[in-house]
Amino acid sequence: MPDHPYDLIVGLETHVQLLTDSKLFCGCSTAFGAPPNTQTCPVCIGLPGSLPVMNREAFRLGLVAAIALNCEIPQFTKWDRKQYYYPDLPKGYQISQYDLPMSQKGWLEISDPKGRFAAKKVGIIRAHLEEDAGKSLHDEAAGKADSRIDLNRTGTPLLEIVSAPDIRSTEETRAYLTELKLLLTYLNVSDCNMQEGSLRVDANVNIHIHTPQGKIATPIVEIKNLNSFRFIERALAYEAKRQFDAWQETGRKMGDPGTFKQTRGWDDAEGVTFSQREKEESSDYRYFPDPDLCPVRTPTAEVQKVRGGLAELPAAIRHRLEKSHGITPYDSDVIVAQGRPLVDYYEEVARIGGDGKKAANWVTQELLRVLNERNWSLAQFPLTAAALGELVKLVVAGEIEITRAKEVFNDMVAHKRSAGESMAALGIAKVDTSELEAICREIVAANPKIVADVKAGKQQAVGALVGQAKKKNPNANPNDVRRICLEIIGGM
Amino acid sequence: MSLTDRPATDLLRDLSARKISSVELVKAYAERIRRFDGQIKAFLHLDIDAALAKAREIDARRAAGQPMGKLGGLPVAIKDVLCTQGIRTTCASKILENFVPPYDATVVRKLKEADAVIIGKTNMDEFAMGGSTENSAYFKTTNPWDTSRVPGGSSGGAAACLAAGMAPLSIGTDTGGSIRQPAAFCGVTGLKPTYGRVSRYGLVAFASSLDQIGPLGHTAEDCALLLETIAGHDPRDSTSADLPVPQYTASLSQPLQGLKLGLVREHFGPGLDSEIEAAVREAVKDYQSLGATVKELSMPHSKYGIATYYIIAPSEASSNLARYDGVHYGYRTDEKAMLDELAAKQKQLESAQDAKKLAQLDTPLIRLYRKTRAEGFGPEVKRRIMLGTYTLSAGYYDAYYLKALKVRRLIRQDYDKAFEEVDFVVGPTTPSPAFKLGEKTDDPLAMYLEDLYTVTLNLAGLGGISVPCGFTKSGLPIGLQLQCRPFDEERLLQAAAMYQRATDWHTKRPSL
Repeated sequence: MPDHPYDLIVGLETHVQLLTDSKLFCGCSTAFGAPPNTQTCPVCIGLPGSLPVMNREAFRLGLVAAIALNCEIPQFTKWDRKQYYYPDLPKGYQISQYDLPMSQKGWLEISDPKGRFAAKKVGIIRAHLEEDAGKSLHDEAAGKADSRIDLNRTGTPLLEIVSAPDIRSTEETRAYLTELKLLLTYLNVSDCNMQEGSLRVDANVNIHIHTPQGKIATPIVEIKNLNSFRFIERALAYEAKRQFDAWQETGRKMGDPGTFKQTRGWDDAEGVTFSQREKEESSDYRYFPDPDLCPVRTPTAEVQKVRGGLAELPAAIRHRLEKSHGITPYDSDVIVAQGRPLVDYYEEVARIGGDGKKAANWVTQELLRVLNERNWSLAQFPLTAAALGELVKLVVAGEIEITRAKEVFNDMVAHKRSAGESMAALGIAKVDTSELEAICREIVAANPKIVADVKAGKQQAVGALVGQAKKKNPNANPNDVRRICLEIIGGM
Repeated sequence: MSLTDRPATDLLRDLSARKISSVELVKAYAERIRRFDGQIKAFLHLDIDAALAKAREIDARRAAGQPMGKLGGLPVAIKDVLCTQGIRTTCASKILENFVPPYDATVVRKLKEADAVIIGKTNMDEFAMGGSTENSAYFKTTNPWDTSRVPGGSSGGAAACLAAGMAPLSIGTDTGGSIRQPAAFCGVTGLKPTYGRVSRYGLVAFASSLDQIGPLGHTAEDCALLLETIAGHDPRDSTSADLPVPQYTASLSQPLQGLKLGLVREHFGPGLDSEIEAAVREAVKDYQSLGATVKELSMPHSKYGIATYYIIAPSEASSNLARYDGVHYGYRTDEKAMLDELAAKQKQLESAQDAKKLAQLDTPLIRLYRKTRAEGFGPEVKRRIMLGTYTLSAGYYDAYYLKALKVRRLIRQDYDKAFEEVDFVVGPTTPSPAFKLGEKTDDPLAMYLEDLYTVTLNLAGLGGISVPCGFTKSGLPIGLQLQCRPFDEERLLQAAAMYQRATDWHTKRPSL
């Protein structure tokens, strides 16, 4: 049970930049980080007389994402102009989609391997395409307000994904965004890089307060500028508490005269949301169909074709890994969260190693540890899946015990060599059974006190012998030593 | 006939036969411009030196036997609403007084590729909004037949420069009649193509779903030549039609057998000048004597044409003209004066302790927008921006814009029905002949009614032509309008040419 007398209600509007080479309505590059205003043309800077022409690849990527989000794809969609004045919007309108979006009524399933909430489907109200605006750079240094505009981003294709207000906690919010990001990156629809602004989130949030008279909803607030998952979680937690406090103070609820949808920003340094628009008036964007663009028809056959060609989605992969490799939801989650290349890598390790669970341990613990420590991507990791698979195979076959295997792994990574080569270099070899028995007899004979302890029922006393055996031969397998010593002592 | 009175196709034959040179032609028109443009004021921009240089280059290539473009050295005047790379393009607006496009409109590019010599850019109503060219922010163009009268508009400069013998071919644009009406007023031939026939890329938009670029010339053949040069699909314009372009000049002399003309009852109602009615009925008789049959029909929704047009066109215009805000290019208000004024106002409100007005005071950005647009646009443009902003606003959209779209469809259906029975709809281009300068400037509604017979064609997206069909007693030209099925310009031009072979109205020139 939550420790507060209300439910958090969240709906998310997520903008993602699509991974096209060129912009939504012209041929300019969408690459990030070029010098300001070098990726522009008459069309994207809205020079008089220029006309937009739809980028079909952007539409296809939108379709792929919408279908993966289980959306309905209407056969007919159109472009509308959303009109407002701002210096980074050179046409005075943004080409977007209003009443007939390219997709609607879908869902995204979220779950938590830690079990903090039950798996659920978050509704997707709509996903539509639109062009991005430019960037305003405000430099207010030396008391002289000076604004500059970079139009490189103007016209970059965006997919706006609007969730239903189905999200009930900060954990669900993170799960939704993580799953959405994963889905879109698996589909190569977007790189979802928040630092570069290719994934941007606005949250609509209010709370339903439990009172003896029933639930009371507070006025909805839209929080903008949520630049990281951590910001979002902190902002939501703050906002829920703020709305509860405000309700206790004023008693104002949704629908009261004079209440309206407020826009607030998040100040991470102060840890507070702050009001950005106080005015009651809602913006009138004067949407109307863009007469420069033709409506787009999407025949059922095209939808089926896209659906048929859809890459395997993260949820399906997790399910498959758990089923066919017997790993835990936690492990499948960790593996899938790293992206498709690691999934493929893991499956190869599991196939060669012959044990899915052990393979998962090696991948999620050792491999990911190295990647984190060195800040490497998987592509930079020196061991092929086959090489790691061989090591796992040796472990599974009992050819090498686990602590030694980790030494081998580190050596393989350091010197880019195979398990066999590393073992040879480290002098690791399986100890011949007769040799091991000889060692065991020797140490049993030399430790009458331990023998007495064991015989007196203190089986764990044999552990001290394992250490001695390893001194004589570092390759001695502790389990074998323990077993053989006990046999010898038992026969005495 | 002097060189500058002759039809363009006639001149082209002499150019091809090397009887005349492009340089001679440019010089002849330049001389006319020098003598008469002070009076007519058809051109906003002229660069005779550049035109002569281009003509010289074309003459040299022709002399060397090199391949020649379709227009082979003919001068062409371009309405100042088409972007010309490196040449100021103002739309006759103060707000674009310093705008030099970095690119050519597709039509301009095609003209250049066809070896046209661009002689100048012609005056127009600001952003093509108007029917008299009096809405130009720079100066008024006069009608060569009577310089106390308007040349029509918005392509007034385009029509007047032809009539005055200052160019043999002219490019105009037609959103509600802006090619056909000035053609009628100036006694020249002007064709508004089917929507999508000609690329709009580089045409500074007024009302995107209605705008279309078209040719003006002395004859149907001139228009055919120019249209086949500029028409065709353009990957840069999603609304351009992907259809082959017929060689209009090649089929022009084929007479049309069994031609069926439709006279629309609603085009002969109140408001039609009796001399125009008589001339148009005479022209219809001419067609009958050429074997055409005539059928009277009704287009019941045509009476809603003006109302529908003046919702759709301003709605689109209010959006298309939002980009002229002084931020990125074009006119910007004096920033220092603007900021000083704002600071003074703030001081005044502060000392008066008027918190309410202080809170409502513009930010510098909003004030920049307001002042730039207030100073940069003329009254008619502002009127239409306000109209369109209103009709697209929440709460009014359904009653105005959406309703207008529905009526637009009904108007198209009237045409579709008519064309089941006839080949062309024929009638007057305008209700009255060219009016006096200043006569209608204080009465926007009277000015809007100038478009009575032309706007429905734009709303329906179809093609039409205005050809000279007589003169009033006071010597003002009268235009006959023929309207055709979608993409039926080939036969439209044949029908016009057939009439011009039988009459000589199009050969008349004003004496200046």
